[in-house]
Amino acid sequence: MALLEVEDIHSYYGNIHALRGVSLTVEEGEVVTLIGSNGAGKTTTLRSINGILPPREGRIVFRGEEIQGVPAHGMVGKGIAQSPEGRKVFHRMTVLENLEMGAYHRNDRAEIRQDMDRVFDLFPRLQERVKQEAGTMSGGEQQMLAIGRALMSRPKLLLLDEPSMGLAPVLVERIFQIIEEINKQGTTILLVEQNANVALEIATRGYVLETGAVVNAAPAEKLREDPKVREAYLGEI
Amino acid sequence: MASPGASLKRFGLPAGLILLALLFPFINEVLGANLMFPVIVVAVYVMLALGLNIVVGFAGLLDLGFVAFYALGAYVVGWFASTHFSGVNFSFLSALPTSGSLPGIHVSFWVLLLAAGAFAAFWGVIIGAPTLRLRGDYLAIVTLGFGEIIPRFFVNGDDIFGYNLTNGTVGIKGIDSPGIPFVPSRGWQQFGTLDLNPWYYTILVLVLVTVFVNIRLRDSRLGRAWIAVREDETAAAAMGVNLVTTKLWAYALGATFGGFAGAFYGAFIKSIFPTSFSFNVSVLILCMVVLGGMGNIYGVILGAIILQGTNFYLLPQINIWVHDIGTALSSPFLANVDIPKYNYFLFGAILVAMMLLRPEGIIPNRQRQEELREGDEDDSATEITGAT
Repeated sequence: MALLEVEDIHSYYGNIHALRGVSLTVEEGEVVTLIGSNGAGKTTTLRSINGILPPREGRIVFRGEEIQGVPAHGMVGKGIAQSPEGRKVFHRMTVLENLEMGAYHRNDRAEIRQDMDRVFDLFPRLQERVKQEAGTMSGGEQQMLAIGRALMSRPKLLLLDEPSMGLAPVLVERIFQIIEEINKQGTTILLVEQNANVALEIATRGYVLETGAVVNAAPAEKLREDPKVREAYLGEI
Repeated sequence: MASPGASLKRFGLPAGLILLALLFPFINEVLGANLMFPVIVVAVYVMLALGLNIVVGFAGLLDLGFVAFYALGAYVVGWFASTHFSGVNFSFLSALPTSGSLPGIHVSFWVLLLAAGAFAAFWGVIIGAPTLRLRGDYLAIVTLGFGEIIPRFFVNGDDIFGYNLTNGTVGIKGIDSPGIPFVPSRGWQQFGTLDLNPWYYTILVLVLVTVFVNIRLRDSRLGRAWIAVREDETAAAAMGVNLVTTKLWAYALGATFGGFAGAFYGAFIKSIFPTSFSFNVSVLILCMVVLGGMGNIYGVILGAIILQGTNFYLLPQINIWVHDIGTALSSPFLANVDIPKYNYFLFGAILVAMMLLRPEGIIPNRQRQEELREGDEDDSATEITGAT
């Protein structure tokens, strides 16, 4: 059984039919990426999975349990964590306080400590800035913090929304190396990314979304070679 | 690690302030300053400001109707410790020696104090629930509405289908004094109007409890959740913070202290009128929180002392001095000018100046301060344990 199964979900913003029957699966240990242009429904799919925008129709099954009715704050307890689009770190909290918020629903103090050390191993920069207010850090550092904070909940599934957004190319490279490393350490990842090039490099499989529906699904290397994908999303003619 | 200076700041300063507060009645007596009454009223406002600080300062929910809880607390005492319900004859642990033979309900102040807190908390949740989806300006307008409805209810409550619940604009008079049974001092068995010490020490204990609870809340899991909600609701929810219960806790706990303050004030002043609970009071309490520094407990206390101290002591004093000068100079204008009348003008000017010069308040909350201070004495190890 797949870790996450999304079956034919329909989501709406008011009257706008944003997702028109999206289905996808994420197996344990995979990095699955959703690619597509602006407004294709990538972020909306994540928002539907994590409970911020519950779908009106369809099923979302996570570890054998239907979760489409679970409120957003209940998802962490189920094992789904996210690094939201636009990073959304708590600006006035320090790095340490942000990471502690990531472990908000947990009580196992000693293990939280271990997880924090693990986050510091992944992002040594965060350890250097542990007492700095998050809002005063650079975009790349805030992205690291957002990912680190999500890891603090010890998720089974990590949802990443546009981790490359607004970052310099060299930093994008670095962040994606770390995402790959997080996956190797055992966290399954569902990644939404505009930058299809880097996303398909680390992904196991990919889904291509267009106007709220999946138009193509294949292993990442197949998508990289697909002429249509190359033309539309990889910037090649 | 905490340096000796930091621990002095952490424990020495509060201990010194508490000692000063404990000795205040003696100091007042020695100096013949006659400050007990204004100080007690200021202390009531310190409680109110600390209550509102939970809602506005910690959780970031702008509440323009906080006076409602103050009024509810006062009316709980008014209803259940006076001759108001003259058709009933009920007495429970009352400090009045004659309470059994008096008409009306006479319940012990201490019981009513707790009941007032609970009653206010209940209404805090009732009022908070419909506003959960609102933010910023919209939330402020709705709370403003509730702040207006409750005094209106007390004004018009003298005829609820013929039943006199609140006695309208006349209000409830002759509220029973609190008292502590079995103590040797008669002044403590039933608090009087001449010896204000029992009142003073009661409100001092209430303020200290409020401060303690504020500090514990700030450093608690719930306190962290409030800060997270204040900063970004979506991100807070993603961390597993239940927005609904987190906000309702803020409303309920804030209202509880409003209720306590109202109950004490009702018993202290002995008569309550709907006009004592006007919109101005909500604004005044909010000003205290903003002036002192939203979210900073010491700042909020200082804000309350400055504003209400000015209101109840400084302005009347200045008025007397100006009148004396006016008489000495035989200037009819100075001899008759009514300075306390301009208090809201003065508060307005102070607030405008604060917002321009120091928008984070006199003693800002760290998270509310934009600038990062280097070499902070915060002990990170205690913060970790505090959050878990």
